[in-house]
Amino acid sequence: MAQSELTRLTAAQVAAAVAGGQVSAAEVTQAHLDRIEAVEPAVHAFLHVASEQALAAARAVDERRAAGQPLGPLAGVPLALKDVFTTTDMPTTCGSRILAGWQPPYDATVTRRLRRAGAVLLGKTNMDEFAMGSSTENSAFGPSHNPWDLSRVPGGSSGGSAAAVAAYEAPLAMGTDTGGSIRQPGAVCGIVGVKPTYGGSSRYGLVAFASSLDTPGPLARTVLDAALLHEAISGHDPCDSTSVDAPVPPVVAAARHADVSGLRVGVVAELGGEGYQPGVLARFGEAVDLLESLGAKVTEVSCPHFRYALPAYYLIAPSECSSNLARFDAMRYGLRTGDDGTASAEEVMSLTRAAGFGPEVKRRIILGTYALSSGYYDAYYGKAQQVRTLICRDFDAAFEQVDVLVSPTTPTTAFPIGERADDPMAMYLADLCTIPSDLAGNAALSVPCGLAPEDGLPVGLQVMAPALGDDRMYRVGAAVEAALEQRWGGPLLARAAQIGPAEGIGR
Amino acid sequence: MSAPAEKVLAYDDAVTRYEPVIGLETHVELGTATKMFCGCPTAFGAEPNTAVCPVCLGLPGSLPVTNRRAIEYTIRIGLALNCTIATWCRFARKNYFYPDMPKDFQISQYDEPLCTDGYLNVRVGDDLVRIGIERVHLEEDTGKSLHVGGATGRIHGADYSLVDYNRAGIPLVEVVTKPVPGTGPLAPEVARAYVTELRELLRSLGVSDVRMEEGSLRCDVNTSIGLPKAAWGTRTETKNVNSLRSVERAVRSEIQRQAAVLDGGGRVVQETRHFQEASGTTTSGRSKEEAQDYRYFPEPDLVPVAPPAAWVDELRAALPELPAARRVRLQAEWGLSDADMAALRNAGALDLVEQTVAAGTTPADARKWWLGELARRANEAGADLAALPVTPAQVARVTALVTAGTLNDKLARQVLDLVLAGEGEPDDIVAARGLAVVSDDGALAVAVDEAIAANPDIAAKIRDGKAAAAGALVGAVMKATRGQADAGRARELILERLS
Repeated sequence: MAQSELTRLTAAQVAAAVAGGQVSAAEVTQAHLDRIEAVEPAVHAFLHVASEQALAAARAVDERRAAGQPLGPLAGVPLALKDVFTTTDMPTTCGSRILAGWQPPYDATVTRRLRRAGAVLLGKTNMDEFAMGSSTENSAFGPSHNPWDLSRVPGGSSGGSAAAVAAYEAPLAMGTDTGGSIRQPGAVCGIVGVKPTYGGSSRYGLVAFASSLDTPGPLARTVLDAALLHEAISGHDPCDSTSVDAPVPPVVAAARHADVSGLRVGVVAELGGEGYQPGVLARFGEAVDLLESLGAKVTEVSCPHFRYALPAYYLIAPSECSSNLARFDAMRYGLRTGDDGTASAEEVMSLTRAAGFGPEVKRRIILGTYALSSGYYDAYYGKAQQVRTLICRDFDAAFEQVDVLVSPTTPTTAFPIGERADDPMAMYLADLCTIPSDLAGNAALSVPCGLAPEDGLPVGLQVMAPALGDDRMYRVGAAVEAALEQRWGGPLLARAAQIGPAEGIGR
Repeated sequence: MSAPAEKVLAYDDAVTRYEPVIGLETHVELGTATKMFCGCPTAFGAEPNTAVCPVCLGLPGSLPVTNRRAIEYTIRIGLALNCTIATWCRFARKNYFYPDMPKDFQISQYDEPLCTDGYLNVRVGDDLVRIGIERVHLEEDTGKSLHVGGATGRIHGADYSLVDYNRAGIPLVEVVTKPVPGTGPLAPEVARAYVTELRELLRSLGVSDVRMEEGSLRCDVNTSIGLPKAAWGTRTETKNVNSLRSVERAVRSEIQRQAAVLDGGGRVVQETRHFQEASGTTTSGRSKEEAQDYRYFPEPDLVPVAPPAAWVDELRAALPELPAARRVRLQAEWGLSDADMAALRNAGALDLVEQTVAAGTTPADARKWWLGELARRANEAGADLAALPVTPAQVARVTALVTAGTLNDKLARQVLDLVLAGEGEPDDIVAARGLAVVSDDGALAVAVDEAIAANPDIAAKIRDGKAAAAGALVGAVMKATRGQADAGRARELILERLS
């Protein structure tokens, strides 16, 4: 198989080919490393590429196979890890100067499970600093570029992971979703992005942004691939108290059962209309029609408190982050600034944090510090938690009427780099549709549903399911994917501009 | 620190004019095998920064997991203090920056403590004082800072600071009393009696080694004074109070200092103060005006604690006999007066005597040895009685040897000395040193005959019927046998020969 063909394979195909001996894990890994080398100057999806460790891991898989030992479900499948998961053999920076060069002494549970599943970790992907942002422009190490249009953002905060998958640098990538940080980049890069049920995948070793919201999840080019990765990282972890001690929803089986006949699908009335890009609404409308044509029973459902989700989120998430990020104080690890032998510990802390955090992180720390302050707590943090409860109740009521809810994943397609960089409010709106599921802690998936006519950029369909009902959204995602690929004559990504030396970089 | 000495009022004047109100916050390191939120050991005295892991170092990405045993211990403390146990409560983050706090927040409890609204009765003289317990909550300890250079041992003025994170994450229970008014001049003693009683209670529960000198029990003392029948005054919080005696002294000196401030027309500043062991006084720390806003909020990394009622009932049923009840029982069993009992308790000898009695000694003998000879030795060594290298079983064996006539009191003291010197078990020492009382007539007879021969005048007096003079000859026999003679038998032999 030619190298370029190897990078076009899905994760499921790679796993099967490696297990069946049609191709070695080392060959697959080398093909992806070559691809990374070729396109990274244009895409900048990675902060760190671990070629040697990746090839060593791949050879270990090949040796196991040669020795007749059992292989993990992702054996030999290359994977890119968002730089927010700790790794003992690679730095973990969270896209921040304050952690530049920090090499953790322990692996995240996700990292550990992926290694055990046989995945080949290619490296660490770019992200908005500490996962705060929707474009990767908040990375201290420069933005990543959307493979569909290199002048545009790949979304964020897991933008590096989404760009890596969309640019065929890896068939799979891990992201984290706090306000939409997997689904939104998935949508604007034309790939599948999944936020599992909160607590379904362990947060141990995921550097915290907002503890009550952070959820690790997969990015992939197909729904089945996302399910395979979802399953590999899921299950109870005694190191994470908020991890769910319940059977993992049968997501892989659901992804193979692309049938929505009789399924009750609710269109969220509040997520659409004014402020949404017409092409996004058009593609979303077509996807809903498609579901109906596939036998789903579509109704409109109202979730009246969703309109308060964004403001509630921008109190809860910054509050938690103001506390979570306090530990970056120059005392034990990471950046230390101003320690000239005369400065006090307090001054060094202050100078380091001033130099080490970017503007968006500082903005949120300040917002959160304010919201938790004595005298303001009830009006801000307390009120936001009440809104969160109301949003949970909206979901509960909705899921009594329907099996899944759908909406556009994002109000617009990928925006140009720099366009919203100085307008935080505009940037925050990118997560308008994704935030409710984060606040409620349930499951949601974004699957490509076409290109917006006005800019030719991908649009995502969001499917939301009740907590621990993750399998339901995979059924819907797989059905939509199958029907649309049949209509298109292939995956949506095949219509993206080709990047790489053979085809010339850019559109 | 060479801060100018603050004026104080004579104690008697202070408590005549003003009515003190006290309150105590006691931190107790729990004796769990592992830390509050990770699996690191809690042992005291390990090399710095060896009992640490990503969780208690607060490394990015690490998460806490609650130690179930710490919850259990806290509930048991709450039950022993007659508290209500929460059916559902949460941990909260207390946010502030300090180098010895790895996450720059402390996982604690705020408005939802595990135990609330209890009491502890303490006896001061003939008075029984009920100390209300506001709350008992659970939190994690911080690391320990060592500030090197500078005069105060505090971070300001230090050349550099070292931090040991071994202590970071050790489970810490905080027991907070309600304000205690109405104790008048007894306030310092009440404070001390409370901490003493609490310490005994905690020890009886087996939840902590309650060593104030190692910091496993630490006290903050709140003190205010006001005019009788008037509103309470402004309180100060005195930290660094690390012995029972210091608790008493801290309250006393704060009452005197505050009285001088009020007498001088000033007002007491609400502030944190530091107890100075050397002078027995307090010095000003940070004032509440610069106080931190801790921005408490529910800890999102942990699920709520909801102890099932059946479990709490089980723990309640399994509580051991508590110190107050035990003292009543022992006093009755041993037939002691209140004063005897108090002396025993003040000497820290209650457990030792009980164990010695359990090993077969009479209560009177056990008391005699522990409060007499051994208390004197402990005093000489400047150590606690319990810290002497002698066990109740060894003391019991020595008293048994005395009862059996193998040892007399003098020999018994020698044997105990050798036990304390690490020479082994009493029986071995007796055998090795040949310390047993000489009571066989053959050996004694020789000594008696020699004594008679050497003291013809005394012998003559005895022959003349003055039996009381035999004492001098017994003394000579004892001297000749280096104290090993059975004095009673020697006297018999002397009188036999001279009758």
